[in-house]
Amino acid sequence: MSVINLKVNGRSHTLDLDPATPLLYALSDDLELHGPKFGCGLGQCGACTAIVNGAAVRSCVTPVSTVVGKDIVTLEGLGTPEKPHPIQKAFIDEQAAQCGFCLNGVILTAKAFLDKNPKASESEIQQALSGVLCRCFTHVRMQQAIQRYAKGVAK
Amino acid sequence: MTPAANRRSFLKSAGALIVGFRMLGNDAAQAQFAQAPLPGAPPIDQLDSWIAIAADGSITAFSGKEELGQGISTAQQQLVAEELSVPFERVKLIYCDTALTPDQAYTSGSQSHPANFNHGNLAQACATAREALLKMAAQQLNVPVERLTATNGVIGVKGDAAKKVTYGQLVAGKRLNLALDKQAKRKPASDWTVLGKPIGRPDMAAMATGQFEYVHNVRLPGMLHGRVVRPPAVGATVVSVDESSVQGMPGLVKVVTRKNFVGVVAEKPWQAMQAAEKLKVSWTAGTGLPKQAEFHEALRKQPSRDVKLVDSKDTEQTLATAATVLKSTYYHPYQMHGSVGSSCAVADVQSDKATLYSPTQGVWYQKTTGAMILGLKPENVHVIFRRGSGCYGLNGADTVTYDAAILSQAVGKPVRVQLSRKDEMAWENYGNAWTIDERAGLDAKGNIIAWEHEAWTPGLGNRPGPETPGNVVTGMLIGYQPQAFRPGIVPDPKTYNNNSNGVPSYVAGHVGDKSEGTGTVKSEKVLVHNLVSPFWTGPLRSPARLQNTFAHESFMDELAARVKADPVEYRLRHLHDERVIGVLTAAAKAAKWETRPSPKTGNPKTGVVSGRGVACVAYEGDNGYTGIVVDIEVNQDTGKVAVKRMWVGIDAGPISNPDGLRNQAEGGALQGMSRALGEEVTWDDQKVTSVDWKTYHSLPLGFEIPKIECVLVNRPDEEATGAGETSITVMAAAIGNAIFDATGVRLRQIPLTPERVKEALRARG
Repeated sequence: MSVINLKVNGRSHTLDLDPATPLLYALSDDLELHGPKFGCGLGQCGACTAIVNGAAVRSCVTPVSTVVGKDIVTLEGLGTPEKPHPIQKAFIDEQAAQCGFCLNGVILTAKAFLDKNPKASESEIQQALSGVLCRCFTHVRMQQAIQRYAKGVAK
Repeated sequence: MTPAANRRSFLKSAGALIVGFRMLGNDAAQAQFAQAPLPGAPPIDQLDSWIAIAADGSITAFSGKEELGQGISTAQQQLVAEELSVPFERVKLIYCDTALTPDQAYTSGSQSHPANFNHGNLAQACATAREALLKMAAQQLNVPVERLTATNGVIGVKGDAAKKVTYGQLVAGKRLNLALDKQAKRKPASDWTVLGKPIGRPDMAAMATGQFEYVHNVRLPGMLHGRVVRPPAVGATVVSVDESSVQGMPGLVKVVTRKNFVGVVAEKPWQAMQAAEKLKVSWTAGTGLPKQAEFHEALRKQPSRDVKLVDSKDTEQTLATAATVLKSTYYHPYQMHGSVGSSCAVADVQSDKATLYSPTQGVWYQKTTGAMILGLKPENVHVIFRRGSGCYGLNGADTVTYDAAILSQAVGKPVRVQLSRKDEMAWENYGNAWTIDERAGLDAKGNIIAWEHEAWTPGLGNRPGPETPGNVVTGMLIGYQPQAFRPGIVPDPKTYNNNSNGVPSYVAGHVGDKSEGTGTVKSEKVLVHNLVSPFWTGPLRSPARLQNTFAHESFMDELAARVKADPVEYRLRHLHDERVIGVLTAAAKAAKWETRPSPKTGNPKTGVVSGRGVACVAYEGDNGYTGIVVDIEVNQDTGKVAVKRMWVGIDAGPISNPDGLRNQAEGGALQGMSRALGEEVTWDDQKVTSVDWKTYHSLPLGFEIPKIECVLVNRPDEEATGAGETSITVMAAAIGNAIFDATGVRLRQIPLTPERVKEALRARG
């Protein structure tokens, strides 16, 4: 075990962890965050996504030792039910979820991509989401929500 | 709410009074009710079991139908608000907690909408409550009921604004009982102001901002983390477990072995995962698996349990007189629920009682079977539903609840278990594989005069039900058997049963002295052979209905093409049920359907070609209706199929929430498309090999999403039916029919992979 300092959603946390522990478990278990979720543990579905220094990463295959001192943002770091981030608001407005389990990966992957590519085309955004799964297949609404947000970003 | 709260303490702490409605009261009976421990579910015929009104006028409704992501809790909240004339926000809904809510068996089979939105259960409780409140107000205000109006939880008097009383005032201080009143009238749909509106889901903001608590997020004081070690092959059993192989691993609490169940418990999830990985378990060899390539045809030779659904006993003779006889065989693979989050549960098992937090669709059966596996009395097992990742049927939810319970009992502390991706996918109860023969005879005018359907489907296990924990893998590993399979011939039916759309939509469905099918073909025979499966099976969204409909609707297209009839017109020619006709024509109209036979003429034999396909279904014969038209493109060089547009006509009776219905129709259609195009459980001679998202092919968010137009067919005067399983049911056939339209080749095996398309195109030349 080692002392690991993590900066999550703007706050610093000191944790006692095996440095090889994937970031996901630090977030969802030690910090009890609900945003990042275990989906596959293999980096294949996106449910565990967190934004680290501006890039969407698969936290289930990212050892905590590699993200020490970096800016880590989870879904709850964007906004709250009362004051949602514009991309979260777009999902709420479009009612773009069914079970909602995949929303973390969908929203954070889209946001990180649009932060870097604010003028991305519809097909480029789609491409950016090619490794994210929604098994309820709420794809139509999710795409609409992302487009709604993207239009705001492009302005 | 605290985890251990029971219904009584909940109501007390919420400041609510139990709303009973024996108008003159019965103090003795009420006192007894208030004091008595609750042995089981609140009685389903009593109003108190469904509705509680607090002194502040807020309303708590208790339902036995849970929110799985399908939007039913929003609709139920609307129903309560509508019937009681209160704002949507004033209603709180509690569902599927064995200490609090009525026992409505499973949340499954597209039964929530019909069960709670017609003339029983929650809807009837609401109607009973409204009438009782009006009667109480009439008494208190001394005016006839006819002069009263209820708005926003206040009962007023027409023409006398000064006279009014709130629900909270009416109920406060009174302790009354009433049985559900079968005569109590529902509000007519024409008067609805809350129900029938596209109200957004109250859980949406919490989900979108990472605040929502899934079962995965349940944390109890002192909770540990478990991980299971499943057999490496189907049929393998434990020889020995070498606990020394993990001795001294950080955080390890215990290695647990119970017959063939092996698991580890550790302080943290990552520690449990590593210990499970490292634990040396010696297993026997597996019992072996049949060759996948020969699997479907070999089913015909297995011992079977034969069920006849309809038999006019004249199909052979009719077929002998037919101008044309067609026969085709269709194959559907095992498919998986493949929840995006692997299944998870939290158990707190103490020496004499247990609390299970489970994403199961059947809390009441987790209670009884959980008690069996723990050796506890059922009344001492409390099951609380917590939402998991979307399940679409029997995913790993039930089995992982047993896993958590077994491990918690072994360590005497709360334990959370989340399955690995592989353990979820290799051992869940798959949607059944099918081999289906269709045979029909046509007269000289091309009309269908006889239809035979013969199907083979293997099964093993199922939902656990009240007493069969062996129906899922964990139960089997600790020594329980799955439900027994008895080969033989079931006597001919005495009453008509559509039996999961085993009966094609186009036959008369004649049993006894009635014809209850949706079609016109009188010479009919449907025979189903049930067999034993090497893999666990269980309901997967539209179970059997989807596979049967793939065969029926593909075959109907083949028949239409054979006689050069338009596929929509040909369907209509053989249907008499106005609701399935309604959705089919609605979809065709929206798609601007061009009347002509398939295949399309003039498409080249190379490159990308377009085509259109149609399919429809009366789900279970009368529990929801969908007609669909799809436009697709087939790349004849790569075999890739791209669905470009879809038009979905859907009828679920009176629409409770149009946006919720649309969400279900869209999601079902795309999930059906993924299942049709890529999803298939695969195996080698020992084990399942589709165990992650590289080996089991679900369409990700990145694929080209077709434009979907839904036509909601509202039927305010009909009964509420199922809604969430209809559009998925027709997708495979619609796409297969569109491939035929575009290319002239007929694919009869799901999934419709590029390899299969290319192979069929090669054979076409």
